[in-house]
Amino acid sequence: MSATLSARRAAVPAVDRPSLVAALSRPAVPLWFEVVFWLAAVGIFFVIPDRALLLNDIAILGLFALSLDLILGYAGIVSLGHAAFFGAGAYVAGILAVNGFGWPIPGLLLGGLVAALIGFVSGFLILRGSDLTRLMITLGVSLILLELANRFDNWTGGADGLYGATMAPVLGLFDFDLYGHTAYFYSLSVLFLCVLFSRLLIASPFGQSLRAIKDNRMRAAHLGIATSRHLVGIYVVAAFMAGLAGALNAQTTQFASLDVLSFERSADILLILVLGGTGYLYGGLVGAVIFKVLQTVLSDLTPEYWQFWIGLLLVVIVLIGRDRMSERFGQLFSRRARTDGEALP
Amino acid sequence: MSRTIPSASGAVAAAVPALETRGLVKRFGGLVATNDVTLAFEKGARHALIGPNGAGKTTLINLLTGVLSPTEGSVLLGGADVTALTPHQRARRGIARTFQINQLFLDMTPLETVALSAAAARGRAGVWWHRAARERESVERAGGLLERFGLADVMSTRVASLPYGKQRLLEIAVAIASEPEVLLLDEPAAGVPEDERHEILAIVESLPKDVTVVLIEHDMDLVFSFASRITVLVSGAVFTEGTVAEISANPEVRRVYLGEGDA
Repeated sequence: MSATLSARRAAVPAVDRPSLVAALSRPAVPLWFEVVFWLAAVGIFFVIPDRALLLNDIAILGLFALSLDLILGYAGIVSLGHAAFFGAGAYVAGILAVNGFGWPIPGLLLGGLVAALIGFVSGFLILRGSDLTRLMITLGVSLILLELANRFDNWTGGADGLYGATMAPVLGLFDFDLYGHTAYFYSLSVLFLCVLFSRLLIASPFGQSLRAIKDNRMRAAHLGIATSRHLVGIYVVAAFMAGLAGALNAQTTQFASLDVLSFERSADILLILVLGGTGYLYGGLVGAVIFKVLQTVLSDLTPEYWQFWIGLLLVVIVLIGRDRMSERFGQLFSRRARTDGEALP
Repeated sequence: MSRTIPSASGAVAAAVPALETRGLVKRFGGLVATNDVTLAFEKGARHALIGPNGAGKTTLINLLTGVLSPTEGSVLLGGADVTALTPHQRARRGIARTFQINQLFLDMTPLETVALSAAAARGRAGVWWHRAARERESVERAGGLLERFGLADVMSTRVASLPYGKQRLLEIAVAIASEPEVLLLDEPAAGVPEDERHEILAIVESLPKDVTVVLIEHDMDLVFSFASRITVLVSGAVFTEGTVAEISANPEVRRVYLGEGDA
């Protein structure tokens, strides 16, 4: 398509409505990739049903990483405290379940809503300042929540963790089992719905505005875009999804402890997202698969040092640069394909 | 309000100006960047702001668009005081501007950018429940503008990889896409080869007659061929104002300014 750069007027495409709509509707990733991904996500269960607990972990991590991608990849908000929302969702769902409110979906939604509320309040703090400011503020908010969870141990179980959650069947039909079969399909369904929603969101005028704000906030404001409202808006959505991930984690493991709010969790999820790549919607999901598979394989080989290899991989990816790697592996994703205008001789 | 005014003569003095400043002062510490500026840009005017470097032209644009808030004085848009409004609020009320140095969204395509600008001007930037491609009017307007600006063949190319000249055209297309009532052009021809400058202004000249255009420009040929009224700023204050004929004949203007620009 960009070959027309040199072809001058002769090859000017028609600017009729259908071609405009087609040019605007180019998806972040090709449809075949999405179809293959979701077929594989369902199919893998029947290949390794005994690893359903691992698959469930991956789905939850993927959702958590997707929520971070919404703010980092699409709005340019860096965060070192995203676990704040994961932890809030986990504790809300966990505390509900421990106190006899074990219906999965209402507990899930409440977990997400409480996280969203925290996202709304703290969202105003990240509107100003540099990336460093945002890193510190997000980190600070998560540390505050961690200490609150520690302090109110009559609710959260403190350092001992929150035991004794009993879950009702999902939709009154599917009981949670020890092998994680129900858990995986429950988490995968929630993940699927969140991906669908995010897909719509990033292609909408709201999502386009976020990309503009990320690129040049001052100009975006001069186009009449309410930049602060947009940033708080996406922060709330991301917090909601992170809260869902945390709630899923508490419900499917029937356990929550202080580490749901820990700094390591925030750092890990950032690492996972960077492994998979930001800004094309599936980066967090791909990153979660890579991370968990590597963790499982490597910790079998070298139980003590598996993080060494993860660290090395991260350094290599960041140094070599994802773009150069993806050039090598072919133009997998159309957003990158768009840039080939500059590669033309 | 909807009277169309051939503004050159200022015959319709009674009409509310499209954009107005009253006693505008901006101080940065001890430096007075804008000094008691009272100006009126009539509806449909083609009005140029000229002045030597450091005369405060860009500061004035920043005060008009809300990037800076004045130390004293007020800004009125269509008769309403907008001094307290933010840039995005003023943009929604019909002010659009271009920048001396391109301010584009490098990671987006020209089509995405222009369609977004058109949608934002309609108050549709917050729409999340359907795809941007379904904003019918914005998409059609974007297509028309890209064609007019000769950007149709690169409409799906990443902005960062466009040549400078195309980026400069896009900078202006983005502002026009919002269908502004007042368009502020900060040196639109900066960095554009001389033979292409008139192309840019020809597009601006083809805007609807009731759009107010304020042009900051150093190229006097462009100013004289485009503007019907000219305000000369010197040291942050209004030095003089008049028609093209009056300004070009003013000996003092020739001395302080045209001497250096009219080679």
